[in-house]
Amino acid sequence: MSGLHLRAISHAFGSNQVLRNVSVSVAPGELVCLLGPSGCGKTTLLRIAAGLETIQSGQVEIGGELVADADRSLNLPPEKRGVGLMFQDYALFPHLTIQENISFGIAKKNRSAHQSLIAESMANMGISGYAEAYPHTLSGGQQQRVALLRALAPGPNVLLLDEPFSGLDVTRRAQVRTETLRTIKDTGVGTLMVTHDPEEAMFMADRILVMNEGQVLQDGSPTDLYFHPHDQFVTELFGPVNEFEGIVKNNLIKTKVGEFPVSGYNDGTELSFLVRPEGFLIDESNRGISMKVITARPLGRSSVVMMELDDDTPIEARVPGVVLPEAGSSVSVSIRPEQIHYFPKSTTR
Amino acid sequence: MTTIAAEAPRSRSLRLTGRLDRWTLFAFFVAALIGAPIATVLIMAITDTSDIWQHLYNTVLGTYVQQTLILMIGVGVGTTVIGTSTAWLVTMCRFPGSKIFEWALLLPLAVPGYVLAFVITDQLEYAGTVQVFLRDIFGWTRPQDYWFPEIRSLPGAIWVLTLVLYPYVYLLARAAFLEQSVCALEVARTLGKSSWGSFFSIALPLARPAIVVGVMLALMEVLNDFGTVDYFAVQTFTVGIFDVWLNMNSTAGAAQLSTVLLAFVLVLIVLERMARRGKKFHNTSMKYSELPSYRLRGKRAVGAFFMCAAPVVLGFVLPAIVLSNYALKFYEETLAANYFSFVVNSLTLSMTAAVIAVLIGLFLAYAVRLSPSPAVKIAARAASIGYAIPGAILAVGVLWPLGALDSMISMFGDYAGLAIGALMAGTIVPILYGYLVRFLALAYGAAESSLDKVTPNMDGAARTLGATPFGALKSIHFPLMRGSLMTAGILVFVDCMKELPLTIILRPFNFDTLATFVYQYASDELIEESALGALTIVGAGIIPVILLSVTITRSRPGSSS
Repeated sequence: MSGLHLRAISHAFGSNQVLRNVSVSVAPGELVCLLGPSGCGKTTLLRIAAGLETIQSGQVEIGGELVADADRSLNLPPEKRGVGLMFQDYALFPHLTIQENISFGIAKKNRSAHQSLIAESMANMGISGYAEAYPHTLSGGQQQRVALLRALAPGPNVLLLDEPFSGLDVTRRAQVRTETLRTIKDTGVGTLMVTHDPEEAMFMADRILVMNEGQVLQDGSPTDLYFHPHDQFVTELFGPVNEFEGIVKNNLIKTKVGEFPVSGYNDGTELSFLVRPEGFLIDESNRGISMKVITARPLGRSSVVMMELDDDTPIEARVPGVVLPEAGSSVSVSIRPEQIHYFPKSTTR
Repeated sequence: MTTIAAEAPRSRSLRLTGRLDRWTLFAFFVAALIGAPIATVLIMAITDTSDIWQHLYNTVLGTYVQQTLILMIGVGVGTTVIGTSTAWLVTMCRFPGSKIFEWALLLPLAVPGYVLAFVITDQLEYAGTVQVFLRDIFGWTRPQDYWFPEIRSLPGAIWVLTLVLYPYVYLLARAAFLEQSVCALEVARTLGKSSWGSFFSIALPLARPAIVVGVMLALMEVLNDFGTVDYFAVQTFTVGIFDVWLNMNSTAGAAQLSTVLLAFVLVLIVLERMARRGKKFHNTSMKYSELPSYRLRGKRAVGAFFMCAAPVVLGFVLPAIVLSNYALKFYEETLAANYFSFVVNSLTLSMTAAVIAVLIGLFLAYAVRLSPSPAVKIAARAASIGYAIPGAILAVGVLWPLGALDSMISMFGDYAGLAIGALMAGTIVPILYGYLVRFLALAYGAAESSLDKVTPNMDGAARTLGATPFGALKSIHFPLMRGSLMTAGILVFVDCMKELPLTIILRPFNFDTLATFVYQYASDELIEESALGALTIVGAGIIPVILLSVTITRSRPGSSS
């Protein structure tokens, strides 16, 4: 059982319970994202895995070896766990050169043997000219690459990334993300990454764990998460949704925007009925629901169209391409069946 | 693309948690080390069964309490008035010399109380410059012809100690005034207060906690002082402890007096801690703007100038000139008195103490960072209590346990058939121990605040990359903290150079430092012959003054520098 396994982790700071019975596994070569709002406990989980936080309840196994077990009072220090951790602020050592930073984790006697490998990695990441420079002279993107190389250099059993792209401005992020993903995949190391950005998680992850208030709400592939969210919180991760009330009758849910088949609910159950903005199709066929256009704006790849139902209920739709119906005009709108989600009302936040 | 290949999997052993234990134990050990002399004094005082306490109570105790209290009140009032008013003037007003006074007002800090006492006595006594001058002018010939205040008296001690200790209050009051947002003052002005009115209603109350801390530090120095009060024959507790111990030959009596003095100290510590806690709540505004400078003219400018010049001249310029003058004339006598060996002794002791204090302070601060449990924090707190404990008490508390240790070792040696003899007595171990107890707080405080500036992620990065706690300290924290630790070392070094009561008692036989040499010579009316030594101490004392004045000008939030 190599890779990283966190089992039944619970953690509290004083009376504040930040993690409740969380289990995560990362296989070698796999990239798993912990996705959730700030304060949901995801960074604490990362720190427990690294040994920077003393385990309170549960087990940590890294590279086939038990490194922490609360029941046995086992808690290996971070330096004995073989983890690579990259911090949100990179935490580069300001008094050491880039070369010294990257080779910090390699035992002194092995440094010369690693020299050429490090040089090659630096060249691949476009920072080879900075070996003798100090961190503060580098741009944010360059510092990020140094931090990544430094974490990977000792050949860790598992790589932990804490919000690795939050320090970069939006224009650089996409490029650095692609590069980082390629570098990690090339090493074949199992990676656990923490982020609050769903798009980042979708882009990077083989598997995403959605966390909120110290609990894992859903564990699945990016596609799973998007098309089969377990609850309203997960649904809304990818942006605001249109929410309607619905009531079940004869395996159909009746809503303002039509009737749709449901299963597993008794007649009379009240449900929240959710449609993502991209779930609406503005069609020419006139078979859909009639809505009045309030505004329409082009965003580039898609357009946002704000509409109203007959009873003034606002609707936000996002349609691909440039679709700009005239304000005040009436359009026919249909709903993609795969974009429909419904949950019992009590489970909403 | 090729990336760095994985190293062979490290062999790691499972072991139970406990990686912090060594550091935690270290913290407890240091706390015990620092606490031992104080505990010893208390135990000695409690366990003594002779009726010496009754005797002390009937004879000298009343005098000690009375003289100590008067001295404290006098110096407390004096340092508050001089320190606060000069701090306000140089911070808020512009007048001729105000920029120079900003740092010059710190200079008297470089002069030990006993040195100023010798110089002022030398100038003001019957054969001194001032009285000779007066006699020449008015044609007096005999002491009976005129009245002149006796300088070697309790009021004289108050003046001398006020002049060398007001910089504590000045330093903290000035920092507090600089921290204050000028907005609050301007609001007060628009609400109809005069500039003096807004000083008393806004600035002074906001700075009060800082001023209290400064006064408490000054008063701790008053309780610690031995040289000044002994020379002026003022019967304070510190003098009393030495008297009972060395002249009446009663260690238990000295210990009992020490416990009474400790009660005084405890009150000061509590007041200081309360004031420090109060400081936190006084940062009222996030918005800072350049401090206004009221330009003073005419009489006001002259008044402000003299207000600031007087303490600098009396507390630093006068002793510096007098000592330089004597040193130039009598340096040969000083050299003949073995000056260089005193310098070597002082340097050796002070440097060793500084290095030890900084290392222990650093390890202690790091131990708290590794394991910030309440127990470790309390241990660190306890280890920094020594700054408040007068040297006389520490002398009593250090000598006895080391003596006991010595006799234990030599007993063990006798048993083993070895002639070990006294290991501690007769060496510089007791004196280094005493310095460490008294000045560790300085080093620990500096290490702690410097360590706070290294983000915890640095620790995390170093540790996950395989560094042990000690390895991380050595390769990451230490290089980043080097400047601050250097400063801390210098501060400890200079305080050790100036230190008198501990040094007198704890030094090995026939071992003199600059401080003890100056004190002995000057006490024997040989001030001219010791002037070069005194000047050397003052010269060393100027180093921290420079460091402090640089720090304080950099510290103002929002300042351009």
